[in-house]
Amino acid sequence: MKKDQKTSASSTSRETFDDRRMEIIIGRLLQTGVLLAAVTVLVGGVIYLTTHANQPANYQTFSSESANLRHPSQLLHLLKIGDASAVIQIGILLLIATPVARVAFGVIGFAIERDRLYTIVSLTVLAILLFSLSR
Amino acid sequence: MPLALFTSLVFAGSLTAGLLGAMTGLGGGVVLVPLLTLAFHVDIRYAIGASLISVIATSSGAAAAYVREGFSNIRIGMFLEVATTTGAVFGAFLATRIPTRTLAIVFGLVLLYSAWLSWQQTHHPETTPHSRNPWSDRLGMSGSYPDGSGSQCAYTVDRIPAGFATMFGAGTLSGLLGIGSGAVKVLAMDRIMRIPFKVSTTTSNFMIGVTAAASAGIYLQRGYINPGLAFPVMLGVLAGSCSERGYCPKHASPCCASSSPSSSLLSV
Repeated sequence: MKKDQKTSASSTSRETFDDRRMEIIIGRLLQTGVLLAAVTVLVGGVIYLTTHANQPANYQTFSSESANLRHPSQLLHLLKIGDASAVIQIGILLLIATPVARVAFGVIGFAIERDRLYTIVSLTVLAILLFSLSR
Repeated sequence: MPLALFTSLVFAGSLTAGLLGAMTGLGGGVVLVPLLTLAFHVDIRYAIGASLISVIATSSGAAAAYVREGFSNIRIGMFLEVATTTGAVFGAFLATRIPTRTLAIVFGLVLLYSAWLSWQQTHHPETTPHSRNPWSDRLGMSGSYPDGSGSQCAYTVDRIPAGFATMFGAGTLSGLLGIGSGAVKVLAMDRIMRIPFKVSTTTSNFMIGVTAAASAGIYLQRGYINPGLAFPVMLGVLAGSCSERGYCPKHASPCCASSSPSSSLLSV
């Protein structure tokens, strides 16, 4: 700490130290999120393949994915009856939640650093993300 | 084609796309979408949906590795994410409104442009010296990065409004085409805002996941994300880009001297 204060004229150096810690925690958060999502998608994918293996693959014509998969309450119901698509969808939702969690953590981190400007900046990003997800 | 065979082929293709994307610095998306639409005859809307998911995965997966090296700047990233996420929401809305033919044409143009950009990036010198912009400190964006010999190399940020506007464009492209548009993000930071190349590429990687998440919500609602297709694509691209990162050498360049930055850092 002492060395930090000596080397920098302002508080910049101390802030970068805190930012650095925040970045490392965020890095771990992202890694964990991706790993969790990948495992879930893999499990869902294996079930999906074993139950649908011999069906023809058809992604040539676009038909919006069934509404059941897009609503959390319906998704949970599908999950209970062991629907493979629902398991994959949960993994995808986990993956999308990972960067959202990173921004949310940024809000907390900047608030701890008492950086009002960047707390507001990260809150703005979080608001845009939540707006998009709630559409 | 039976589903099992189709899925295996898509997985193999995505793995190659992830590997190529990470190696060339173009990112998985720009290789993946043409592959899915042209070789596998997948509707472009499903293709961009699956690609966007893989973009979130690779960006978030890579971030931890970049963080350790200490180049990324979380403040620059967060600040510019206001622009990229707004752009991404706008782009995703556009994607649901314009005809798929137009979408394909825009995609082709962006593919050519980002190929040209990343080719250029490997040939240009370090950032030009510039006068200190007072807003760089006011917005807390000035920073430093390790130069490889134990000391820190300080930098400031310039031309913030122009960079912000370009980031909005990068976000729009990302939301419109389901790609990371890392090349445009690096262009905004490195060329316009005069941020050192390594800081630009690693910060860009950090931003890509958040940008993509902003359009993912809209894609999900519109049914662009097909679980059966997204799963081999996501796992394939993730595996491909991870294995490429394994080969990526640790490179330390002397502070502020001209260096030949690896384009693989441009990722996604």
